[in-house]
Amino acid sequence: MEKINFADLTWVMIATALVMIMTPTLAFFYGGLVRKKNVLSVLMQCMVILCVISIQWILFGYSLAFGPDKGGIIGGLEWLGLNGVGMAPHETYMNTVPHQLFMAFQMMFAVITPALILGAFVERIKFSGFIFFIILWTTLVYDPLAHWVWAKDGWLNSLGALDFAGGTVIHLNAGISALIFVLLIGKRHGIEHPRSPHNLPFAVLGAGFLWFGWFGFNAGSAGAANTVAVSAFINTNTAAAAAGLTWMVLDRIVNKVPTMLGVITGLVAGLVAVTPASGFVTPLAAMAIGTLAGFFCFLFVAKIKGLFGYDDSLDVFGVHGIGGLVGALATGLFATKTVNAAGNDGLFYGNPHQLWVQFLTVIVAIAFSAIMTFILFKIVDAIIGLRVEIKDEHMGLDLTQQHETAYTLYD
Amino acid sequence: MKYVIAIIKPHRLEEVMQELDNAEIYLRTVTEVLGCGRQKGVTEVYRGVKEVGNLLRKVKLEIAVNDNFLEPTINAIIKGAGEGEIGDGKIFVLDLKECIRIRTGERGGEAIG
Repeated sequence: MEKINFADLTWVMIATALVMIMTPTLAFFYGGLVRKKNVLSVLMQCMVILCVISIQWILFGYSLAFGPDKGGIIGGLEWLGLNGVGMAPHETYMNTVPHQLFMAFQMMFAVITPALILGAFVERIKFSGFIFFIILWTTLVYDPLAHWVWAKDGWLNSLGALDFAGGTVIHLNAGISALIFVLLIGKRHGIEHPRSPHNLPFAVLGAGFLWFGWFGFNAGSAGAANTVAVSAFINTNTAAAAAGLTWMVLDRIVNKVPTMLGVITGLVAGLVAVTPASGFVTPLAAMAIGTLAGFFCFLFVAKIKGLFGYDDSLDVFGVHGIGGLVGALATGLFATKTVNAAGNDGLFYGNPHQLWVQFLTVIVAIAFSAIMTFILFKIVDAIIGLRVEIKDEHMGLDLTQQHETAYTLYD
Repeated sequence: MKYVIAIIKPHRLEEVMQELDNAEIYLRTVTEVLGCGRQKGVTEVYRGVKEVGNLLRKVKLEIAVNDNFLEPTINAIIKGAGEGEIGDGKIFVLDLKECIRIRTGERGGEAIG
C-alpha cells in the first residue's frame, strides 16, 4: 500500500476547498449578468447543484466515474456509497493522499460542470425540470466522459489523451451541452433590445474569485505538492492575464472601447483554455494559449453568435465550449515532457501524434455530449417540462419559481 | 395638453411600451414604485412580494400628450397592461398647464412632440 504524504494531503485538501468555492462564485458571476428579476434563480440553481451533486457523487457518481472499469466505458457499481473507498491511497488516483480525498476533489469538479451549463438557459428554465435534467446529465454524460478520459482504464485515457484538469471533460462538455440545450429551449422573451448586466460588480467579484479558485482546480490536479503543481499554478495565472488583455484590445479595436465585461469574459476564457494544458506546458506557451483563447472566444461571442441568432444567454458555448476546444488542441501543440515527465510531447516538440489524439478526443466528446444532451432534454421536457410559461418569464423566475425577490425598493 | 399617470404591473411594462410605440407616442418617464389599491395588496400576494406593510411593487408611467393623443395613449396603456385581473392598475389624467423644452425654450404643444 502507498504511504500518505501529508504535504500532498494538505495541498489537495486546500485545493478541494478552492474548487468548491468556484460554484458559489460562478453563481455571482452569472447572477450579476442576468436581469435583476432572475438573479436569485441563478444563485439558487448553483447552490442546489452543489447540494444535489455532492449527494449523487457519494451515492453512485464516483463509482460510475472512477469505480472498477467495465470495458473502458464506465465504472462499476462496486464503490456505491463509497464502499471500499477509504483512507488508504488508491494505487493510481493521487497515490499519496487518502482515496476519499481524491474522491472529494473530483466531487467538486462534478459539481461545477453542470453549474457551468446553466449560464446558457438562465431566465427561462423551470426549476423542477432543471433539477431532474442536472441529475440525469451528471449521471449519464459527465460520469461516463470523466471515466473515459480520467479513469485508469478509460478508453480515451488509454489512447493517450492529455487533459490535465478538465478542458474536455468539463469545459468542452459543458459548452457543447449548453449549445444543444439553447437550440432546443429557444430564445428568451423580451431580449430584442440588448440588456445590460443588472449588477456588473457581482460579475467582476465572481470572475475574480473564479480566477482564485482556479488555482485549486488546475494546480490541485497535480494531486501532490510538487513542481507540476507550481507549473500549473503559474500557467493558470498567465493564461488568464493574456486572455483578459487580448479581449480588452479586441474590444478597443472592434467596439472602440475597452469594457469591464469584456475583460472578465476574456480572463475566464483564458482560464478555461489553459485547464487541459496547465500541467504540461511552459509559461510562454500558456501566454500563447491565453491569447488564442481570447481571440477565438471573442470571435464567437461577439461575431459568430450574432450570425446564427441562438440565445446562449451568458456565452457558455462561446467561452467554455470554444475555450475548451482551443485548450484541448493547444495541449497537443505545446505539451512538453520537460514540464511534466508523466505527460507527453506535443507537435511543437516533435510529436504530431499527440495532436491527433487530442483531436480525436475532442470529436468524441462533442458527439457524445451533443447526442446525450439532446436525448435527455427531450425526455425531461416531455415528462416535466423545462421552460416556464411566458407570463412567468416576464415576471421573472425569482418571483414565479421561488416567491422571493432579491432587492427591495425601500428601506 | 394632458398629463397621463399610469400605475401598472412591472412585468407589463414591455408590452405597454410596445403599444405606445405602435401608437407613435414616444415621450414617457418610468419609475419603480410601491403601492396598493382597494384590495390592499392581499389578493396579489401569490405573485408579488410585499415590501412595506401591504405595498406591492408597481411601475409608474408618466406621459405628457397633446389632447388629440390622449385617447390613443389611454388605449395603448389598457391594451398593454390589462390582464383582466385585480391589480392591473389605474390611469389618471390631469390637465397640463404648460410644457417647455429646455434646449430651445419652445412652449406648449410644440414642446411636447
